[in-house]
Amino acid sequence: MSASTAPNHTKVGPDRPQLRAGSARRAADWARRAPLMPALLFVIVATQLPFLATIVISFMNWNSYYPQDRGFGGFDNYVAVFSNAQLRQSVVNTLILTVTVVLVSLVLGMLIALLLDRKFAGRGAVRTMMIAPFLVVPIAAALLWKHALFNPNYGLLNGTLNAVWQLFGSDSAPQVDWLSTAPKIAIEVSLIWQWTPFMMLILLAGLQSKPADAEEAARMDGATGFQIFRYLTFPHLRQYLELGGLLGAIYIVQNFDAVFTITAGGLGTANLPYTIYQTVFSAHDYGLASAMGVVTVIATIVIATFALRVVSSMFKQEVGR
Amino acid sequence: MAGRHGIHRPTTLPGSRSLISRRTALGGAAGLGGVAFLGACSGAGGGGGAGGGGGGDDDGTLNVIMVNNPQMVDLQKLTADNFTKDTGITVNYTVLPENDVRDKISQEFSSQAGQYDVASISNYEVPFYSGNGWLAPLDDYISADSAFNQSDIIKPLATALTGEDGKVYAEPFYGESSFLMYRKDVFESRGLTMPDQPTWAEVADFAAQLDGAMPNMKGIALRGLPGWGQVFAPLTTVVNTFGGTWFNEDWTAQVNAPEFVEATKFYVDLVRAHGENGAPQAGFTECLNGMTQSQVAMWYDATSAAGSLDAEGSPVAGKIGYVAAPVDKTDSSGWLYTWAWGVQNASKRKDNAWKFISWASSQQYEELVGSQIGWASAPAGKRNSLYENTDYQKAAAPFYEETQTAINAADPENPGLQPRPAPGIQFVAIPEFADLGTQVSQFVSSAIAGQTSVEDACDQGQALATQLVSDKYKK
Repeated sequence: MSASTAPNHTKVGPDRPQLRAGSARRAADWARRAPLMPALLFVIVATQLPFLATIVISFMNWNSYYPQDRGFGGFDNYVAVFSNAQLRQSVVNTLILTVTVVLVSLVLGMLIALLLDRKFAGRGAVRTMMIAPFLVVPIAAALLWKHALFNPNYGLLNGTLNAVWQLFGSDSAPQVDWLSTAPKIAIEVSLIWQWTPFMMLILLAGLQSKPADAEEAARMDGATGFQIFRYLTFPHLRQYLELGGLLGAIYIVQNFDAVFTITAGGLGTANLPYTIYQTVFSAHDYGLASAMGVVTVIATIVIATFALRVVSSMFKQEVGR
Repeated sequence: MAGRHGIHRPTTLPGSRSLISRRTALGGAAGLGGVAFLGACSGAGGGGGAGGGGGGDDDGTLNVIMVNNPQMVDLQKLTADNFTKDTGITVNYTVLPENDVRDKISQEFSSQAGQYDVASISNYEVPFYSGNGWLAPLDDYISADSAFNQSDIIKPLATALTGEDGKVYAEPFYGESSFLMYRKDVFESRGLTMPDQPTWAEVADFAAQLDGAMPNMKGIALRGLPGWGQVFAPLTTVVNTFGGTWFNEDWTAQVNAPEFVEATKFYVDLVRAHGENGAPQAGFTECLNGMTQSQVAMWYDATSAAGSLDAEGSPVAGKIGYVAAPVDKTDSSGWLYTWAWGVQNASKRKDNAWKFISWASSQQYEELVGSQIGWASAPAGKRNSLYENTDYQKAAAPFYEETQTAINAADPENPGLQPRPAPGIQFVAIPEFADLGTQVSQFVSSAIAGQTSVEDACDQGQALATQLVSDKYKK
C-alpha cells in the first residue's frame, strides 16, 4: 500500500519540457505543488510512521503482561519468527492459499469475461450480477459460506444432496462434513467465489480495449476461433492477467476474514495474518507480532514491486501506441 | 470478534472522549500497521483520562471498560436512571468484544495509565494481575460497606477472585460452572435413566445408545472449535477428572503424560463417534444451536446455556434435564468462570469505583434487572441469595438448583488429583496459557477432524507447553 503511493509524488510532471528555469519559475512550481503537501504529509504520517514504529518494536522484547521486561531484544524476535514451526507452516499455508485462489479465479474470471464480451440481451444486468460477490463485505461472505453453505446440518450443500436423493426416493443422502474433510479447499472456494469477479472485471476491461480490426483481419485470413484466442486475444490479455494476478495476490496474502471466520485457524489452515492476530490477541507479544508484521510487509513489498512494474510497463505501451 | 477493518463498534457515552474509540479501533486492527499503532499509542495512555475534564480526583465520573456480553449491555442501559441518579456519578463505558477487551485491559493495566478505573476481568486474570500489583485490594471497602454483604457471594467465586496474599481483588458480576444437559423425553422413550452424578463412561454409553434416537440426532454435543476458551474449556475438565493436568507442581509439562492423552483420546473418540456434525468448527453457539434444534440428545457445557435452552419460545423448553458434570476419578469436575469487576491500582477514583461495584454486583441490582428486564436476564451465579428468591426460582425453575450446586462444587485451587502450580479449573491462570491453549487446541481440533492422531497432538502440545511455560517458570 505504501509503495503504491510513492510514484504519484515522484512523478509530478516528469515530461515537462526543460525550460531555462529561473528561481521565479521554481517558486511557481512549488506554489502549484503546495496544495498537495498536506495530503502528502498525511499519507506519510498515516502509512510510514506506523511502519517505522513497527520496525522499532520488532527489535524489542515487549509482552504486555511483562511490563518490567520491556527492552531492546536485538534479533530475538526475528530468530523466533524463522525458527517457529507453526509460523513456517502458516507461511506455507499463505502461499498455497494465495497461489490457488489467484490462479483459479484468474482462469474462471477469464472464461466469464470472454462470455460477457459477447453481445447478448441483458448483458448489463448479467455483468452486474457477476460482480456482486466482490461487493459483499469479506466477513459477511465468510459467515455466509460457513453457515449457509458448508454447515453439515442446515447448509445448502447438504440440503441439495438431500433434495436430490429424495427425488429418487431415498432418505439417506450422504451428509458430508465439508469443513472437516477439506478445510483448505473450503476456504479457497469461498475466496475464489469472491475474487473471480475482480479478475473478470480487469480482464473484461482488457478485452474491450482490444482493437476489433485485427480479429476481423484474422478471420478473413481463415483463422479458427481457437487460433484467434491463442494468437490474438491471449497475448493481448497477458498484461491484464499479470495485473489481476499480482493485485489479487497482494490482497489474498493479507486475507484474514475467511480463515478467522470459517475455521478459526484450525485444521492446519492458519495463515500469516491469522498467526499475527493470535500473537497479539492471545500471547500479547507485541515484539514478536511486529517482527511477523515486518516480514509480511517485506514479502508484500516484493510482490507489490512486481505489480507496479507491470502497471508502469502498461502505461509505457499506452504512450507508445 | 475482531476483523481486519475494524468491525468493532466501541460504544462510548456522549460524555467520553472520542480519542478512546479511535484508539480502540486502531488497536483492534490485526493487520500490519495496526500492531504499530497499538504500540505507538499505549505510551501516551495517561493523557486523555478524565472524561469530564477537570482535575481527575473523584470528580463525579468513572471510566469503565467491559466486555460486550448481554448482561453488560443491560447494565449500561440501567446506569443513568439508577446509579447516576442516586450517586451523581457519571459512568463512561467502553464496551468491546472479548478478545479486544482482553488486549485493551492488559495494555491499560500493565502500564497503570489510570485511564480506566474499573474493568471487567475474569478469574483467569485475577491471580496474575493481583500478583503484579495492577489491581487495588478491595477489603477495606468491603468491610466498610455492610450492605454489600460479601458473605453472600458464592464461595468458590470469592476464592477465585482473592489474590495469593489473601486480599479480595475483584467482585463477580455473574458466574457460571459447567454441567450435563440431556433430553428427558428422548431418555424416556429409550427407557434410559440419567443418574444424578454420571461418570464419563456412562455418558459415552448413553451417547452410543442415543445416536439416531430421533431422525438425524447424535448422542452428545461437545465443543471442537479451536481456542483456549472453546474446546479446551470442557476438555480440560475431562483431563482433570481423568487424573491429568497441564503442569505438575514444579511446572513440568504433562501434556503427553498418559492421563492427559487418555482423556483427550476419550473426548476425541466420543465426539468423532457420537458427536455433532461439524464438530471441529463447533463452539458454544453451534452446540447451543444443535441442542435447540434436537440434533443432539446430550450436551456438556456452561450452566449459562440453560437460560437459552429453557427460554420462552425455545423448541426444547421444558424437555431438558440437568445433572452434575460427568466425572471419572474426581468427585466433581465442573469448571468455574466469572466476569468480575477489578479496580486499577493507579485509579484516582477508587471511592467512586467501589460505589459502582457495590451497586453492579449487589442483590438490589439483580432485583432491578428482574423487575425491569426480566428475571431470566438477571446476572446470576454469584450470590446465594438469588437462588432463594422465589421470583428467580420460578423463572429458572428447571435449572437453578443444579446451577447453584455446580458452582458451589467447583474448586479452582485443587481441581484434579495432584497439586497445581497455579489456580484454575478449565485453564491455568498464567498469562501464557491463552496462547498455549489456543495453539494446542488447533492440534486437538485437527485430531477431531481425523487429520492427526491424539498422540501426535499431545506430543506437539507437550513441546509447546515446555517451550512457552516450563522453560520460563522453572528458572
